[in-house]
Amino acid sequence: MNHWIIAPVVLPAMLAPIIAFVMRHDIVLSRVFSIAGTLLLTCIAMGLVSIAADGTVHVYKLGDWPAPFGIVLVLDRLSAMLVLVTAVLGLIVAIHAAATGWDTRGRHFHALFQFQLMGICGAFLTGDAFNLFVFFEILLIASYGLMIHSGGKERLRAGLQYVVMNLAGSTLFLFALGTLYASTGTLNIADLAVKVREIPVEDAAMIRVAAMLLMIVFAIKAALFPVQFWLPATYANAPGPVAALFAIMTKVGAYAILRIHTMVFGPDVPALSGMPGDWLYPAAVVTIAIGAFGVLGSTKLLQLIAFSVVGSMGTLMIAISAFTPEALLAALYYLLHSTFAAAALFLMADLVVIRRGSEDLRMLHPAISQNGLLTALFFAGAIGMAGMPPLSGFLGKLLVLDALRDPQVIAVAWTAVLGGSLLTIVGFARAGSSLFWRPAAIAAMPAEAPEPQVVAPPATSAVFAPAIAALAMLVLLTIFAGRVSGYLESTVAELFDPTAYIEAVLGTGEEE
Amino acid sequence: MEIVVASTIGILTAGGVYLLLRLRAFPVILGLSLLSYAVNVFLFATGRITIDAPPILQDHGEHLTYTDPLPQALVLTAIVISFGMTAVLVLISLGSFLESAHDRIDMIGEDEAETLEVDE
Repeated sequence: MNHWIIAPVVLPAMLAPIIAFVMRHDIVLSRVFSIAGTLLLTCIAMGLVSIAADGTVHVYKLGDWPAPFGIVLVLDRLSAMLVLVTAVLGLIVAIHAAATGWDTRGRHFHALFQFQLMGICGAFLTGDAFNLFVFFEILLIASYGLMIHSGGKERLRAGLQYVVMNLAGSTLFLFALGTLYASTGTLNIADLAVKVREIPVEDAAMIRVAAMLLMIVFAIKAALFPVQFWLPATYANAPGPVAALFAIMTKVGAYAILRIHTMVFGPDVPALSGMPGDWLYPAAVVTIAIGAFGVLGSTKLLQLIAFSVVGSMGTLMIAISAFTPEALLAALYYLLHSTFAAAALFLMADLVVIRRGSEDLRMLHPAISQNGLLTALFFAGAIGMAGMPPLSGFLGKLLVLDALRDPQVIAVAWTAVLGGSLLTIVGFARAGSSLFWRPAAIAAMPAEAPEPQVVAPPATSAVFAPAIAALAMLVLLTIFAGRVSGYLESTVAELFDPTAYIEAVLGTGEEE
Repeated sequence: MEIVVASTIGILTAGGVYLLLRLRAFPVILGLSLLSYAVNVFLFATGRITIDAPPILQDHGEHLTYTDPLPQALVLTAIVISFGMTAVLVLISLGSFLESAHDRIDMIGEDEAETLEVDE
């Protein structure tokens, strides 16, 4: 057993209480430990990716109990990659929070932040459905704290709505797991993959209920229609760096659908006969439409970005709903892209809002300090999110479109993806011009300006570095698209042929 | 026995969902508690209902019937988590109530909330 597999869970889990108990009055010390810890997490994640890249599935048995009885953590290409994405995003967000001083506006930012990373990494690594629930709860309870970080009326109200929504979702998750356990007698994902395939079509009712309940639960996390309505209010009211970190939270839902609904309830399972895809597809189409019209109708900057996240989740899900290897490759590439695109936009928007004092797009403000640099960043982020060349959004959407060539879906799917992209471009262009260009035009009218804007503290490069780093990830994804898609190709092959995973977990082959 | 357990779960769930739809902080908290009770009983029943049996498999004794221990462990985890979550929810809704002076949990505008207050 390779003990590094549990490191992404243990490291933040140890760090968080130390930061909370020992360093709570020393913001510098907690910043140093939080950023250093996240850096270490990134190094560990890179190590895990190189371990997983050879294609063997590594299993970590907690307490050394054999697999269907004990809880296992499983490291394969998919989970290693997503842990790395989480760590890199966490590093970017932690530096942003420290550089902009968000972490001083409330208590315990870094402790909650580390707990959040622990939950996300755990959810990606676990090989047990009930353990997935537990890690979901860890990441959720940390996210409740981060969501209402630094308080404020609107933020608390949005936070309350977010908590209620997710508590209802957790209850549904438990009902789903109960149904699953009652019909299969196991909650280990590898064991489930075996047992579900043995269920005859006549007894499929229970397992279908469980599959669809689980899909609803993950759809809540992934903000899929009709359970997407919590996302715009939550993301638009969360503190900037937290909203950027939440970019990976929707992906946890997408990951869970990928993992559970390909390996356990895959299209080859006789009892389900491809039902998850049939339901996912229309939901994804409607989600794209909601995201696109939301972008067009938003009057606030953060709301606009939040709706563009909804739209990108729709694009991701429409690719997943096809459940073919090409489509899942496209979905995974788009998942990587949209995580960093959303994070870059939220970090950039945070800088704009701090300078501008208001995020309302309808009101004209005098030009903000460092207008040129922010304009360039917003332009690059919007290009990435809308899916225009040359950034990775274009490649991602191209892959998605290419994978959806099935004559049954091509008309609706292409219309949705292309139309959604067009509306997103229009929405971002309008927001960008009212944020950055019109202020320059009214600068000539001095009488209009009510009072001098609060002059933002002169931004150092540290303030801009995280947003630029997130954009740089998009550039890297574009440049190394060939290598990334090569890695993703073998990842998808693993998902569609879970024998290696099952053998490794259940120990039908030899272990250690 | 089955009918008692099944109808308990049903009634608790129905009550929970009804209270959840009231969209006011206190009923919603009660509704979520009822839902979590319902799911706890439900999880308990997923290991099949066996009465008067130990949760241990005994090879040699005369107790060849046993009750499934795994759902009991799951329920314990679920109880602890839902207990903690309810505490967090109570504090956040209290904070939200003190900040915004009303306890609606849908994100409607201020004036709209006031009109609704007057209507009720």
